[in-house]
Amino acid sequence: MIVEFGHFSVVAALLVALALGVVGHVSAVNSVWRSLVATLASCQLLLLAIGFAVLVRAFLVSDFSVAYVAENSNSLLPWYYRVSATWGAHEGSFLLWILIMGVWTWAVSLGCRRLPDEIFGRVLGTMGLLNFGFLLFLLSTSSPFERLLPAAPPEGADLNPLLQDFGLIVHPPLLYTGYVGFAVAFSFAVAALIGGRLDAAWARWSRPWTNVAWAFLTVGIALGSWWAYYELGWGGWWFWDPVENASFMPWLAGTALIHSLAVTEKRGAFKSWTALLAIAAFSLSLLGAFIVRSGVLTSVHAFAVDPERGLFVLALLAIAVGGALAIYGVRAPTIMSRARYGGFSRELLLLVNNAILVVALAFVLHGTLYPLAHEAMTGGEKTSVGAPYFNRGFVPLMCVLACFLALAPVARWKRTPLSLLKNSGLMCVAALCMGLVLPLVLGGAFKVGAAVAVALGIWIMLVHGADVWRRRNSTTRGYLGMTIAHIGFAVALMGIGVTSEFSREVDVRMAVGDSVELNGVTYRFAALRRIEGPNYVADRAEFVTDSGVHLYPEKRHYPVRDQVMTEAGIAAGFVRDLYIALGSALPDGAWGVRIQDKPMVRWVWLGALLMAFGGVLAVTDPRYRRLRATDGLREARGSPWATSGAGPEPSAGEREGAPLARRKREPKAPAVGHSPTT
Amino acid sequence: MNTRRRNRLVAIVFVLGGTAVTAALVLTALDENINLFYPPERVVGGEAPAGVTIRAGGMVADGSVEHDDSGLGVSFVLTDYQGSDFVVRYVGILPDLFREGQGILVTGELDDERVFQASQVLAKHDENYMPPELAGIAEAESSTPPDPHAGAP
Repeated sequence: MIVEFGHFSVVAALLVALALGVVGHVSAVNSVWRSLVATLASCQLLLLAIGFAVLVRAFLVSDFSVAYVAENSNSLLPWYYRVSATWGAHEGSFLLWILIMGVWTWAVSLGCRRLPDEIFGRVLGTMGLLNFGFLLFLLSTSSPFERLLPAAPPEGADLNPLLQDFGLIVHPPLLYTGYVGFAVAFSFAVAALIGGRLDAAWARWSRPWTNVAWAFLTVGIALGSWWAYYELGWGGWWFWDPVENASFMPWLAGTALIHSLAVTEKRGAFKSWTALLAIAAFSLSLLGAFIVRSGVLTSVHAFAVDPERGLFVLALLAIAVGGALAIYGVRAPTIMSRARYGGFSRELLLLVNNAILVVALAFVLHGTLYPLAHEAMTGGEKTSVGAPYFNRGFVPLMCVLACFLALAPVARWKRTPLSLLKNSGLMCVAALCMGLVLPLVLGGAFKVGAAVAVALGIWIMLVHGADVWRRRNSTTRGYLGMTIAHIGFAVALMGIGVTSEFSREVDVRMAVGDSVELNGVTYRFAALRRIEGPNYVADRAEFVTDSGVHLYPEKRHYPVRDQVMTEAGIAAGFVRDLYIALGSALPDGAWGVRIQDKPMVRWVWLGALLMAFGGVLAVTDPRYRRLRATDGLREARGSPWATSGAGPEPSAGEREGAPLARRKREPKAPAVGHSPTT
Repeated sequence: MNTRRRNRLVAIVFVLGGTAVTAALVLTALDENINLFYPPERVVGGEAPAGVTIRAGGMVADGSVEHDDSGLGVSFVLTDYQGSDFVVRYVGILPDLFREGQGILVTGELDDERVFQASQVLAKHDENYMPPELAGIAEAESSTPPDPHAGAP
């Protein structure tokens, strides 16, 4: 009965989401309905939480009469994997996606309650409609609540052993929080476009949400990469697999978006471009969902193939993107930037940033979808695009991006005095020297890629460090967040360069007692034991290096699915990882063993974490709270927002990025930076 | 030049520049890095070129896996169960899900004796998942008398 209750609860959420969609948009025109919007958002979250809790409970008590539980769980599974198995396959993970959408909707209804009716209603209305689409998809094609009655199996088919891992517990929720979080930026863009008011205030409201979503996505991708690294036994951390690209493309668009939003907020420029990026970021999230859930592309990650689901997601994608672009097409021509900026200015650098990121995005998108296009054009000829394709284009683009990033701290809005560039040039020379020398001294060989990456990384760090020192008495959290995120980029860049160029790997055949040398370290196969886990048996090897490090790679056998899994033995370190994975047992009792020496591989994920931390830190800047208060005040005093008529022309000071203090003193001055073309 | 025209010009320059760079990157990178897929029939039929990186796939034929006496070399036969088989040679660690009867993908080159020298062997991490490339073969296979174990959950 409880399962049916959960199912019913999700069906009710579908209706509430539809109601939210309608009431939200109506309340934008008629504010009588406004009070209902927040209630509906809370109601939706409550219903979804009940539905999700019911499913989690079914896993916890191993209710195998539920088909989804029977397919993805087993009574031998430890309780924490039973909980995480809830999002271990398509149906449950999509329910998680919808639940997170509910959380974001609710958070927006709380965090934006002071915003004008018009934008508040339209943002939440748009989010409600999106969630209605998702719920319709879940309930009509992939309900996790379906029963196997009356013949419930006595035992479940078990969770895929690869997913029985800490990585699965945290990776999907974080990743989805990022994916779905872009729905907020999307909805803000749609709401602003419908109202025809794409201005600095709009950018300021959507900035914190976009940053948080982007930070979650960053951590989610980094965790996925780390998980693949230790779980798949290949020791790789990025494969340019279609599903990885599916998460990376929204990230690229999101990264471009948070930079473009900065210009729109501070300078009132790039408005329609920013709106387009906001639409693109979420559309790419949906495209990612399509790639993962339709199984159209060969991937190590894909869920089982189901054309019906693929079509449904494609239809959702078409409606959401098509609708948003249609509104954009109608409204964008009426939006105009009036900001001026000179030859070398922060605006121009951010424009370059956007151009590079979008080119990188187009490049990755092309490589990801090429096999589909090729198959369609040649009538069924299958192809795949290899990692070298992606590296060839993506690596140089990121190097150019890094060069421009190193100029970021010295650039000023509007125009930068060239004298400011002198120090940056000196630091560039210093960084170049270190980049040439450091990898040579520490790695023992000259590698172009490592030298370039280290030089660029050090340059970025030096320039940002110097700038923080110069402003040590007047830093804001927003500024510190940006600096930390940029340094995170530098850290990741250095990690990628060094680990790609200096990693060593050897596949050997070893029996107990054998030794092998790799990169100056001798590994001895000391022992092999058979151990028993809760739901598997494993051969656990013990390797000892000459410096006394012990590594314990395992080969696990999960009898329920009759599946074999490699559990790598890793000695993790800040400077280098030692990594051993067992291959298969060979007929004479020896083992295939893969030994890897991976310098600075942790820096890749450390950099990503720094980027995410910077993004969140910037959101905590008190200025967003302060401005939210003044926006509310402005509305109360009858600003153009409340009267929905065209406001007076914005004052020059406002548009040119007047200091905060002035804005606070003049709460009536509209922050509107656009006007109709005519 | 007024601001509006100037901004528009900057935008046009960036759009054209971006498109050109993307196109150039795509064209230079795509050239050597797309790997065509060949099912066993076309590998055996001689349509697959030798000495070029390609992808192939099929089911690992029962009893065909032979490990070398020393080193990590292994050879096995990929089949479509329709009479087309070819030999694959690989040196290294096989993926966990590699086993007889399993559908796998290999990337590598055909040598002069038309033995497939694989540089990568890919098996899926979920045994229920079938790569799209092999879906055709799987359909052909299921038209043969059903395997009693095939439907087990």
